[in-house]
Amino acid sequence: MSPRIAGATALRVLRQLRRDPRTVALLLGVPSVLVTLLHELFADRPEMFQRIGGPVLGLFPFVSMFVVTSITMLRERVSGTLERLMTLPLAKLDLLAGYAAAFGLFAAVQASLVSAIAFGLLGLDTIRSPVAVVGLAIANATLGMALGLFVSAFARSEFQAVQFMPALVFPQMLLCGLFVSRSEMAGWLRAISDALPLTYSYDALARLTSSPSLGVRFWADLAVTVAAALLALALGAATLRRRTG
Amino acid sequence: MSESTIVAQNLRVVRDGNVVLPDLSLEVSSGVVTGLLGPSGSGKTTLMRAIVGVQVVVGGSISVLGLPAGSRELRSRVAYVTQSPSVYGDLSVGENLAYFASVLDARRESIAGAVETVGLGGFEGRVVGSLSGGERARVSLALALLGRPEVLVLDEPTVGLDPVLRRDLWDTFHRVAEQGATLLVSSHVMDEADRCDRLFLLRNGRLLAENTPAGLRAATGATDLDAAFLGLIDAEGAS
Repeated sequence: MSPRIAGATALRVLRQLRRDPRTVALLLGVPSVLVTLLHELFADRPEMFQRIGGPVLGLFPFVSMFVVTSITMLRERVSGTLERLMTLPLAKLDLLAGYAAAFGLFAAVQASLVSAIAFGLLGLDTIRSPVAVVGLAIANATLGMALGLFVSAFARSEFQAVQFMPALVFPQMLLCGLFVSRSEMAGWLRAISDALPLTYSYDALARLTSSPSLGVRFWADLAVTVAAALLALALGAATLRRRTG
Repeated sequence: MSESTIVAQNLRVVRDGNVVLPDLSLEVSSGVVTGLLGPSGSGKTTLMRAIVGVQVVVGGSISVLGLPAGSRELRSRVAYVTQSPSVYGDLSVGENLAYFASVLDARRESIAGAVETVGLGGFEGRVVGSLSGGERARVSLALALLGRPEVLVLDEPTVGLDPVLRRDLWDTFHRVAEQGATLLVSSHVMDEADRCDRLFLLRNGRLLAENTPAGLRAATGATDLDAAFLGLIDAEGAS
């Protein structure tokens, strides 16, 4: 592991993002518009916006970073730059750390902007500091990034990579407790929900924004989120092969 | 005096169930430019991938600079340029160079040197994606020159380049070799064979001939290398 190489990789990934201002604008603008839409949607039921607004803020970076990482890493694989890097004195961990730093930083910017809009303009309340929400959002971004990195190994084209989003992200969104509370789910759905990492990060966000005491559950949720991100990163690292057939 | 820096012994490579290299043995010397020639599908790229350690090898052995190919210590000493340019299309030429220089811990001066060598002076600010195919290939080559590698493995580096630039690059290859580096350059164009000091002719994963360009002509009685190559293939078919 070399901080120099990891840092250079983070800078390189951020420079690539900078060359694509349209993507940056979409990544920052779309969540802002969506959270505003959510606010308007529940104009007559402000308690609904208060309940789900906070958690949703933390989920945007998960989705964004999943998509961005899976496409960026797929490009590295397809263009031959990954193979080139694998012939150079670069540890896999340098590459992963570089990606994590760059996208983590970007996720922080994204979450801060959307939080500023939600807490500042739309009247969303949180019983804790918005900074804590942004912090959890970054943890979720890391989880999304790690999953995106992993699935990029199974896509042959950008077209396929994009299809992994509805396949892997949507079920987690549906079953995490955002739309229907987990206690109201059929037993088998709840069992699936138990196995999905987003369930825990959603629960952590919900407790952080509206639960008077965090309790053990919050820390357990946080631990599961971080463990799931590390597991996905390890699986992703296993797909970075120096030698291929 | 030159010595063997790349040694392959009974190398066997199978890709997707096809035997690409059945049983290949060869030695490549330092201080000269060695050409790896043969029709497409003859196993040139597979051999190069094995030398740089990105190819899964089924049997035999291959060593570079006295170490097993793909060893960690070799990663800063061996440079590889793939057939299709592996560069970041969404970064500028300068940003690509800066990134790979950081990875290799190469000095800033080596960036300017590499840019000069491939004739891309003044292109540093251009985004690679907007360059022509030949220019992109030169960026890819420039990245390989960073950090003064001891072994350069170049897969068809001059394809699509104009004659003047091709001549200049071949002069560069010889200059780098004279400084003691090992250069292995593949091509399927026979007129490039004449620019090499030594030649390996590969066909169907087997070594058809190993000689100097002049020696090859003398051995086959042919005047040009195309005819010499065809003569060897016919001779192989007859035996």
